[in-house]
Amino acid sequence: MAELSVAVPRRAPRDFAGLWIGPPLLILAGLFLYPLALILRETLTGGTAVLSLGHFAEVLGSALFRTALYHTIIIALGSTAGCLALGFVFSLIIAFVPFPGARLLARLIDTFIALPTFLIALALTFIYGSAGLLNEGLMRLLHLDLPPIDFLYSQWGVILSEITVYTPFVMRPLLASFSLIEPAQIEVASSLGARPFRIIRQIILPAALPALLAGGSLCLLLTVNEFGIVLFIGAKDVITLPLLIYDKAIQEFDYTTACVIAVANIGLSLGLFSLYRLAVSRFEDRRHAGLV
Amino acid sequence: MKVPTLPSAANHHPALPGNPPPCPSSQAGEGSGGRRGRVWEGDAGGLRRGKAAASDPAGASSGIAFEDVTVAYGALVVLDSLSLVVKPGEIVALIGPSGSGKTTALRAVAGFVRPTRGRILIGERDVTNVPPHDRNIGMVVQNYALFPHMRAEENVAFGLRARRAPDAVLRERVPECLRMVGMAAYAKRYPRELSGGQQQRVAIARALAIRPQVLLLDEPLSALDAQIRRSMLEELARLHRDLPSLTVLYVTHDQTEALTLANHIGIMRDGKLVAFGSAQSLYRHPPNRFAAEFLGRANLLPVKALVSDVGGLTHVRFGDAPLLARNHHGLPAGSECLLCIRPHDLRIHAGDPATAPLRGTVRAVQWQGEMHSIALEVGGHPLRLTCAPLKAPPEPGEMLALHFDPEDATLVPEDGDG
Repeated sequence: MAELSVAVPRRAPRDFAGLWIGPPLLILAGLFLYPLALILRETLTGGTAVLSLGHFAEVLGSALFRTALYHTIIIALGSTAGCLALGFVFSLIIAFVPFPGARLLARLIDTFIALPTFLIALALTFIYGSAGLLNEGLMRLLHLDLPPIDFLYSQWGVILSEITVYTPFVMRPLLASFSLIEPAQIEVASSLGARPFRIIRQIILPAALPALLAGGSLCLLLTVNEFGIVLFIGAKDVITLPLLIYDKAIQEFDYTTACVIAVANIGLSLGLFSLYRLAVSRFEDRRHAGLV
Repeated sequence: MKVPTLPSAANHHPALPGNPPPCPSSQAGEGSGGRRGRVWEGDAGGLRRGKAAASDPAGASSGIAFEDVTVAYGALVVLDSLSLVVKPGEIVALIGPSGSGKTTALRAVAGFVRPTRGRILIGERDVTNVPPHDRNIGMVVQNYALFPHMRAEENVAFGLRARRAPDAVLRERVPECLRMVGMAAYAKRYPRELSGGQQQRVAIARALAIRPQVLLLDEPLSALDAQIRRSMLEELARLHRDLPSLTVLYVTHDQTEALTLANHIGIMRDGKLVAFGSAQSLYRHPPNRFAAEFLGRANLLPVKALVSDVGGLTHVRFGDAPLLARNHHGLPAGSECLLCIRPHDLRIHAGDPATAPLRGTVRAVQWQGEMHSIALEVGGHPLRLTCAPLKAPPEPGEMLALHFDPEDATLVPEDGDG
């Protein structure tokens, strides 16, 4: 006689794994989200009990804010472009031009990342500053009363400093991506008649695009929010958003304006970050589709 | 070794009846040279290269010559005074173990390694100091090195674009070369969408599209599995039959590839060319122990050459056993040397064991599907015999009588340099 057996479903053990999200969420809320909410509340209330967008309209419409925003964007874009160009050239040389000490140089550039950003600004004032080596030398040589070179105290000085500081941030991912390119590809391209510039354009650049995108985006985010370098250069007419926040909050005790500018700055950063994510995901899609 | 002179072979391109004009073969009016100042002429098929066309007659193919080429990195000599000629339209295989200098020799032709001494000629042109992009060579490497972001057809077109070929040339030659390697249906695929064998076919098409003077193959089949390797080997042989003018320098560590494809084989060891000759003669009459052992399996018995016979055979003595062998290298009477006999030339003696020239003890018997391999010990020396599968293979420990045709045995100098 056939036996009938019925499988009794076992009771699934309770899954508590989901609870692990709790602690990090709490820490994030305490350290980041709550202060952010306080800033947002300040922008909307201005220390009163009434919610209003008036502070936003007032601050965002002011010439001071627009100038700071303009400087911030110009400096960030200029520095990022400079970092990408310089980082690409330096990385190409280090990775593909065999010379003794290339690896040491790469390490040395790497250590730049560990240095405080304002240190470079300080170093540049020693060289290009009004009492720096270059100006003193030229004044003595040409018998001048005033320093002939004063670009350091303009936005170009800030851009130069930021390029110096942030170029290694582009080089790191670039060198990593260059190390993944098969040397045989470059050799075969060369044997097929391609000269170095064509090899860079058609073989190396497509392989390095993700690294350029990642390094460039990181540079853009960091330079938008750069504070130390701009403060240290002390250029009179170069006010950026982070510097304006500092001025308003610390020097003028105008917390509401500082918070509005901070929110705008956060918006700019998040906007750039979203653009970066979009570009990366588009790039990945194209990569999967085989276009890159 | 004698410093070679480089022959040239004009009109070395027999047209194949019924076949489309093969991709890299020289058509009427095609020059070869790859110097600056190339001029692409109007019609799609007519590639001419300014000055080069003047130095090389139309339809000529080029050989490669190494003249006393030495490559050293500081005190480390990786290629030592290599002198070698690859005649136009010939396939020469360089074989040797890792670190023997064979790849360095190929890279020196490609221009990626600069000789510290000597010169390299492609055709009549001294290319020793010419940059790689100006040498007009095709190169295929072990890991294919296809450009991953380009489709198969774009990979093939790369060299033509680098040489600023007109669109008409691209439109004609790219499909032609893909067709030639059986990849026409895969023109739009990216390398990652192709199998290893298919990628290597595209790599070959890419190298051929520029109509190179010489084709350099650096272990092109090493990354493929055994079955695909065999079929690719046949493909390469067919390709060269279709393109008889193509000069090929083939670097490999696989003796089967070398024996199958090459007209001549160079055996390298420690940066030196230790043997060079036609594939058959090198296999049948290896000039030294290393060549005998590296190219195919060889049984080497220490013998003493006695007297030459009139029939071209020499009486030798292996221990107390008198044997007969060919003295191809003309070793003098009384010299100590090695008797080289290939495992498949050694046979089990069916008659009276007392009449057999050799007797040995069976040490191991292996059945390898298509053959039996029997390891023996003869007079304290290991010996291997291969034969068609035996119905009743001998047992280890059994005494086996052996014989061989003296025409198949050759005397090899012990420390000769060939």
